[in-house]
Amino acid sequence: MDYFVLIIAAIFVNNIVLAQYLGNCPFIGTSKESGVAMGMGFAVVFVAVMAAAITWCVQKYLLTPNDLGYLQTIAFILVIAALVQFVEMFLKKVIPPLYKSLGIFLPLITTNCAVLGIAIICQREEYSLMETVIFSLASGAGFMLALVVLATIRERLEISRVPVSLRGTPLALIMAGLMSLAFFAFKGMAS
Amino acid sequence: MIVTSVLILFGIGLVAAVILAVASKVLYVYEDPRIAEVESVLAGANCGGCGFPGCAAAAQGVVAGKAGANVCVIGGTEVAQNVAAIMGLEFSVMEKEIAFVDCTGGIRAEAIYRYEGVNDCRAQHMLYKGSKMCPEGCLGFGTCVDACQFGAIEMGPYGYPVVNPDLCTACGGCVQVCPRGVITIWGRTARIQHLNMVTDCLAPCRQRCPGQINIPRYIEQVSRGDYAGALETIRERIPMPLSIGRVCPHPCEEACRRQHVDESIGINMIKRFAADWEMNSGKRLPIPCAPENGRKVAVVGGGPAGISCAYFLRRLGYSPTIFESMPALGGQLRYGIPEYRLPKAILDWEIEGILALGMDVRTETQFGRDFTLEDLTDQGFEAVFLGIGAWKNASLRIENEDAEGVLTGTELLTRVGIGVDTGIGTKVVVIGGGNTAIDASRTSVRLGTDVTLMYRRTRTEMPANEEEIIGAEEEGVKYQFLAAPKRILVDDAGRVTHLEYIRMELGEPDQSGRRRPEPVEGSEALLECDTILTAIGQKPELDCLYDENGACQLDETRWRTLDAHPDTLQTALPHVFTGGDMYTGPSLVITALGQGRKAARSINQFLTSGMISVPEPLQRDLIPYTMFKDVENVNPKKKPPMPQLCSMEDRTCTFNEVEGTLSEEEVKQEACRCMRCGLTCYNRNPEPDRLDFSEPGVKKD
Repeated sequence: MDYFVLIIAAIFVNNIVLAQYLGNCPFIGTSKESGVAMGMGFAVVFVAVMAAAITWCVQKYLLTPNDLGYLQTIAFILVIAALVQFVEMFLKKVIPPLYKSLGIFLPLITTNCAVLGIAIICQREEYSLMETVIFSLASGAGFMLALVVLATIRERLEISRVPVSLRGTPLALIMAGLMSLAFFAFKGMAS
Repeated sequence: MIVTSVLILFGIGLVAAVILAVASKVLYVYEDPRIAEVESVLAGANCGGCGFPGCAAAAQGVVAGKAGANVCVIGGTEVAQNVAAIMGLEFSVMEKEIAFVDCTGGIRAEAIYRYEGVNDCRAQHMLYKGSKMCPEGCLGFGTCVDACQFGAIEMGPYGYPVVNPDLCTACGGCVQVCPRGVITIWGRTARIQHLNMVTDCLAPCRQRCPGQINIPRYIEQVSRGDYAGALETIRERIPMPLSIGRVCPHPCEEACRRQHVDESIGINMIKRFAADWEMNSGKRLPIPCAPENGRKVAVVGGGPAGISCAYFLRRLGYSPTIFESMPALGGQLRYGIPEYRLPKAILDWEIEGILALGMDVRTETQFGRDFTLEDLTDQGFEAVFLGIGAWKNASLRIENEDAEGVLTGTELLTRVGIGVDTGIGTKVVVIGGGNTAIDASRTSVRLGTDVTLMYRRTRTEMPANEEEIIGAEEEGVKYQFLAAPKRILVDDAGRVTHLEYIRMELGEPDQSGRRRPEPVEGSEALLECDTILTAIGQKPELDCLYDENGACQLDETRWRTLDAHPDTLQTALPHVFTGGDMYTGPSLVITALGQGRKAARSINQFLTSGMISVPEPLQRDLIPYTMFKDVENVNPKKKPPMPQLCSMEDRTCTFNEVEGTLSEEEVKQEACRCMRCGLTCYNRNPEPDRLDFSEPGVKKD
């Protein structure tokens, strides 16, 4: 039951983009087409789960025992960057079709603050390894949900009559804000 | 603490580096260094027009041999040369391909439609509706305009896309987003060789044109003032727009959908305007040809079919040689069509432009007498096109048919054409009801004779063009309908004095659908005359195909025409092709021109691959469901009259050209009457409040 609440909270109540305001750059940048949004969403889910699990180990067995919590951000960035590089090499060798389908999104995630944010939240909330994996999986899914919803809205906006000054990114930001307001309706349902 | 921090971070970094180093060794994937080199010289646009997902994939495709040096559709010649240099290839010439919005190429839209999100125009149509809908045409919502990264497509004045060929890079973005399949990426060679298929979106006029000219496209270009583009469109199907603009009986206009509103579009008038515009401009538009490949093809017969075949062969890179038995090229255009319909100076100007593309001509060289098929093979000609026309006249099979004063209509026209004495008297009877009979009659009037045209059926059954029949009548030709010649009376010197004829009445319809004329017994009468011109039909002279032993390797049909495959025009000898009147029997000039192109296509395929492809299903007949007549919401507009160059008094005593060309203003007005069938079609259940009746098919904002 706890895991279920954790998943609902991560996807809807504390959505990584719409409630935590993390990963706004890829959220706006890759939400023009629903196909692209899906690709980016899957890549984030994949990397976020792996990054959260490894950083949990780094925190648990390296930083905390040595009382080096203040190195968390820089250490996590280092780990995530290396992880993404490794995953890229691994997929290229072992699963070339998946590597090709992820395409440009994998390197993009290297500096994605949503992935870093998920890893850090897991530490702040002092989740166990299993909770970390489940939370990161759900958070990644929440990111993908927000991305796909915004992409489908933007596709519809493309064919609508919009004042020139609002076309493109300005209107996307307004829509993101409205989506965020809508997701605030979930506030308080789970912590 | 600081030391520990540094050590920990350094340790994490070191571990990561070691893992990555080991991984790069273990997970190493060999990549040909040429891939990076090729990628570095590609345009870097990642447009996907090459068919690969991005430039990196395209580079891999080139190195893997899956794509050629011309893989990059937007890079142009320079990029292709660089890629070829890296790959060690020799680069020669690259034909430019561009997007074409002419509803050609593919399966009907309903069959291929695939929903790809609300961003495509089909979805927009479902969301917002609109006035345009038809099974094959453009919806006019302009998704292709948005998809074009190079600004090469814009919505034209009538709400459908127009491609700027200078900006188009053939990246294929528009093709991918078009749910109706009305945009295709085509090169010139492909466009020249395309045959109409029932899966193409063909407006009624285009279906009916024997030359398969893309009529809606050139009318649209003329309406935009793009006369050069219109001529290029016409010349992708026929080489002689000046001549055909004057002599074509325009069967396309009989199929024009506009006739169900008011009058057909003056399609041929528009074509003539575009052709005259070039001639009057004083300079010739360049006609792009493929570089010469050094392969020789013999074209026997310098008439419309032969000229057309040679022209398209040259455009496809061959070196054709035309063999003509007469002193000059043109065939029936020169020797069968009178000066007042097609001035020789104009024909000469047109033929001169075609010959300037680079082809040999050997005049006064007759097939069967001066050379044979074997001789041509010995001279290195890899294929032969036979298009000697149909010059042999059918006989009346009546008494005294060979008397002095009896000529065939084509003999008279040829004599006038080459400027020798015609030998006709002062009272002429022309027998026949076709265009040759009318031409012979109107020519005789101009030679100062009294002319009676005798036809065995009624005026309504005459195969000649209505406007020609009226023109002849205006010039003083007398008609004698329902009468057939029975005997020719001659004087002591053997000269014609009278024609005895018998009255006819119409019986049951025959095979041609016309009512069969039957003689009325005892109704014989005499008609005084000194010259009789017969124009009752022509056949090809096939004796030239037989050797001295009476043997012939080719086959004849039962109509005494040369037999060939109807789609490829290949005869019983694989390297011999035919077309024009020699194959069809007497037919239209536009039919001969169209078959010349079809034969050139077959010759090209035969010489390059040994096989001639026949795309299925070819469009042979009119497509029934496109022939609907209930055209609504179109305002009637007046058709400009064809200007006359010659007043009635002058017409009967001079061979000056009779019909003129429309003015620029008139031609634009006429082009705007075109309903763009097949591109923007009409919703037969419209929402009246959404329609703007000022322009057909345009949605009101």
